[in-house]
Amino acid sequence: MIFEDEPVPGYPLPILPGHTSPGRLERVLRAGVFAVTTELDPPDSADPEEVYRRARVFDGYVDGINATDGSGANCHMSSLAVCALLTKVGYAPVMQISCRDKNRIAIQGDILGGAAMGVCNILCLSGDGVQCGDHPQAKPVFDLDSLSLLQVARTLRDDKSFQSGRKLTWAPRVFLGAAENPFAPPSEWRAARLAKKVDAGAQFIQTQYCFDIPMMRDFMHRAGDLGLLEKVFVLAGVGPLKSAKSAQWMRTHVAGTHIPDSVIGRLQGAQDQALEGRRLCIDLIHQLREIPGIRGVHVMAYRQEETVAEVIERSGVLAGRRPWFPERDQQQQPERISS
Amino acid sequence: MIAMRRWSVRHARGLETTYRILERVFVALDPVWRRLGYRRVEAPVAAIERAVKGLLFDCQMCGQCALGATGMSCSMNCPKNLRNGPCGGVRANGNCEVHPDMPCVWVLAVEGSRRMREGSVSIRLVQPPVDRRLQGRSSWLAVARERAGSTP
Repeated sequence: MIFEDEPVPGYPLPILPGHTSPGRLERVLRAGVFAVTTELDPPDSADPEEVYRRARVFDGYVDGINATDGSGANCHMSSLAVCALLTKVGYAPVMQISCRDKNRIAIQGDILGGAAMGVCNILCLSGDGVQCGDHPQAKPVFDLDSLSLLQVARTLRDDKSFQSGRKLTWAPRVFLGAAENPFAPPSEWRAARLAKKVDAGAQFIQTQYCFDIPMMRDFMHRAGDLGLLEKVFVLAGVGPLKSAKSAQWMRTHVAGTHIPDSVIGRLQGAQDQALEGRRLCIDLIHQLREIPGIRGVHVMAYRQEETVAEVIERSGVLAGRRPWFPERDQQQQPERISS
Repeated sequence: MIAMRRWSVRHARGLETTYRILERVFVALDPVWRRLGYRRVEAPVAAIERAVKGLLFDCQMCGQCALGATGMSCSMNCPKNLRNGPCGGVRANGNCEVHPDMPCVWVLAVEGSRRMREGSVSIRLVQPPVDRRLQGRSSWLAVARERAGSTP
């Protein structure tokens, strides 16, 4: 699928009626197309080429690339800087903002700065606690929480003003997202929390890793009962597991990951566990796609980002379309300039 | 103290009623507060509030109490100060991601809110960002002043 007004890098798409951003991710979702997003592991480096190298592995398979903001409370290149590099060549990043490291003054400045550089999607997160990361001695900020961050971002966009009430001269045109973990306690209350996020301004949701389809179904069912599925695009989080051992490590060390024993058993029984992990991921994508209200997947393949293309290709969820990437339309470019 | 926090959540309904009565008393006393001067009574009332709520809820004196919307579980005890619900890191046993031995403030909050009348509805409302200037001030007096329409 190619939009007739596909952008030249640096040039935003026109904002369609009912849309809030000039971004491709919002276009794809609102067009009713099954969307694919992924996550870029930001480098521990000041070399821009490393960011581009890490983005290129997703070329042709994703509609958005999340730029993480000190995920797991570990220090990396900032999400704002990764987004600046990505937008420069036309990629569609999802700028993650965590409340852990910045107060409302810094965050609002980053939202304006990000939007000025072409960021169209923002994911509002509370953030992992500092104790999970490599700087447990750091001061946690948490001036806002993920919901008040959504409110603040929406105020910037819709009311054209800072939280203080001071007016902006140009509002950031952004598509606002949030995270949800349907698999953590109190699980029966998770849909109610989603409702609060929608009330606060969330337009799309990326969930935590899903390895438990019945729990996801239950969550989506409750969300449907609350009338949320028409108001928010839910992208289910998935990811290939490398081995039974790494799955076990994840469930004990990565906050909020729920991996049922049956999944670990399936990996243990396989000869090639990494291959089985990718197969499992594809199976999950197929099952998730059938759940009413799931509008896409968010593929997180930490330190095995090269597998994303294969998983998406073999899952067939793109149904033949090729999401935009910098070199995709190179042959068409001269023709377009002359028109 | 965790045991007291649990007790407060178990008695969320009774505490809600007590709070409603207390609020009426505080509002009714507005002429008294005005005569004495809200500024002058601030310190002693805040000290009493700190002692009572410290015992019952491990209150952190944020100065803008939201206990009625958090199932009588003080959300400022959440290491991330989350005022709108649990984060995604809650452990399978319902304990906190940051402090593995502490029950998640929000797991308790949801439990408490189920026992409450208004609290079961207000937990679903989005709480605005915290005003950090109010830290240490009495939220009882703030409510009395606001409801009675007095100026400070």
